[in-house]
Amino acid sequence: MWSSEVTNMIIVGIGETLYMTLVSTLLGYVLGLPMGIVLTVTDRDGIHPNAVVYKILDFIANLVRSIPFIILLVVLIPFTRLLVGKSYGPTAMIVSLVIAAAPYIARMVESSLKEVDAGVIEAARSMGASNFTIVMKVMLVEARTSLIVGATISLGTILGYSAMAGTVGGGGLGAIAIRYGYTRWQTDIMIVTVLLLIILFQIFQTVGMKLADRFDRRK
Amino acid sequence: MVEIEVKNLSKTFEQKGITVHALQDINLNIESGDIYGIIGMSGAGKSTLVRCLNYLERPTEGQVLIEGKDLGTLNEKELREQRSDIAMIFQHFNLLMQKSVLDNICFPLQIQGVKKKEARAKARDLLKTVGLEEKEKAYPAQLSGGQKQRVAIARALAANPKILLCDEATSALDPQTTASILELLKQINEQFGITIVIITHQMSVIREICNRVAIIERGALVEDGLVTDIFNHPKSKAAKELILRDRPDTEIESKQDALVEQLRSKRKIRIVFSDNSAFEPVIANMILKFGTPVNILRADTKNVGGVAKGEMILGLPEDKHLQVDMEQYLTDCGLEIEEVTGDVE
Repeated sequence: MWSSEVTNMIIVGIGETLYMTLVSTLLGYVLGLPMGIVLTVTDRDGIHPNAVVYKILDFIANLVRSIPFIILLVVLIPFTRLLVGKSYGPTAMIVSLVIAAAPYIARMVESSLKEVDAGVIEAARSMGASNFTIVMKVMLVEARTSLIVGATISLGTILGYSAMAGTVGGGGLGAIAIRYGYTRWQTDIMIVTVLLLIILFQIFQTVGMKLADRFDRRK
Repeated sequence: MVEIEVKNLSKTFEQKGITVHALQDINLNIESGDIYGIIGMSGAGKSTLVRCLNYLERPTEGQVLIEGKDLGTLNEKELREQRSDIAMIFQHFNLLMQKSVLDNICFPLQIQGVKKKEARAKARDLLKTVGLEEKEKAYPAQLSGGQKQRVAIARALAANPKILLCDEATSALDPQTTASILELLKQINEQFGITIVIITHQMSVIREICNRVAIIERGALVEDGLVTDIFNHPKSKAAKELILRDRPDTEIESKQDALVEQLRSKRKIRIVFSDNSAFEPVIANMILKFGTPVNILRADTKNVGGVAKGEMILGLPEDKHLQVDMEQYLTDCGLEIEEVTGDVE
């Protein structure tokens, strides 16, 4: 049963999973990081409170996060087709993954930035720092460890989401597990893909935590 | 020259529909080169007041003038520029925990766009001033409280401020460290001619280094003037309380309780001597003259702006006539006396 075809398929699957996960996380941060910053800054006790902006972003974040990812995948099919020309394959999946990941990442960033000591922000204000400087040079720097931990958690979550993409023809290890394990009852192939997912997750988690620790100067 | 002028300043906060008057009609004049103390119990509004001096808090009414410039008329950008002239240090130091000591001190210069190399040279100079030159690569988490405050002071000095605001800067430190930080502040005041405003609840801090003091109670200014004058003749109840609370930390609790008991039971007076040598003969002679002992409830020498002051609290005998006579005698000897009321402590 184990032919070189199967091995090749699994190798391609690993590549697709990594591609989807890493690119989606990266693009998720392109959208989620600014969103998280704006949420923190415009919150009631932020450095530039703005109830309207906060409420709009808060609503969007809750809205997207309240839709289960598997449903979101289906709902977004027309949009994905419009954007990348087709609704299947790893690249198409990235669209849905980014849309699902961005609000999640925004919340992660928001909670990290809110941990920054208000006293340090006040000190920066007393030195004449602008809000932009406070965000760039104080909040993001002081929250660095927490932000890296948040990124690690986000990466793990997106890895999990990417496996779900298999159900709508997304490719990657998840697709293989569902196709062979669920549709064709080939348990051995499914077990291999699951093990690979576990190993990937462990690698992400370990590297992320090591990085966070390495950049923490508070001890 | 008047460095900081506060005119009719009031600040109110709205909290859940309730209006809190944090400060009411405060007027202050702080001269250039002063070490000006603002003292009050916690919750008196002194932290709000100091934040109004650099407009971290915007006053609800009134004005703050720095060298004649009304902060209320400045736009956001002008205000940020003005703030680089008014440095601030804090009770909890508020250093950037993820940056090295050197980078922390460079930070205000970085905000002003000073070149990195220049900023580092300046920061190294300042580390020398605060006596921490060997710690430039350390991170704040590796420093003691006193060292952190020294770094904060160096950081405050980096932008060549004219004014240094200290918000309970020694409250988180032990007495020895407090003394060394106060010494450093005094040195900075003399060396750089920086006007220093000190917010504290500890009378000892005021008397160690301040030349002038304002006493704040429930958001209002109740007394202000020269530290020596207020220490000798406190007028307000708040001032009297703060002075009586000012004792060495080493005193044992139970001993204090016993003392308080005695303080309650008798008529007692507080006398202040400017000259230590006059201390004992006066009391000794009084006892000899009246043939009745008095209780010395507390005797202490305190450093008030560099001058040693003797302070004594006497418990007088029960006899009313004797009390009057003794007070008369002390007044005749040229001492200032005042009655101490029992509800203190």
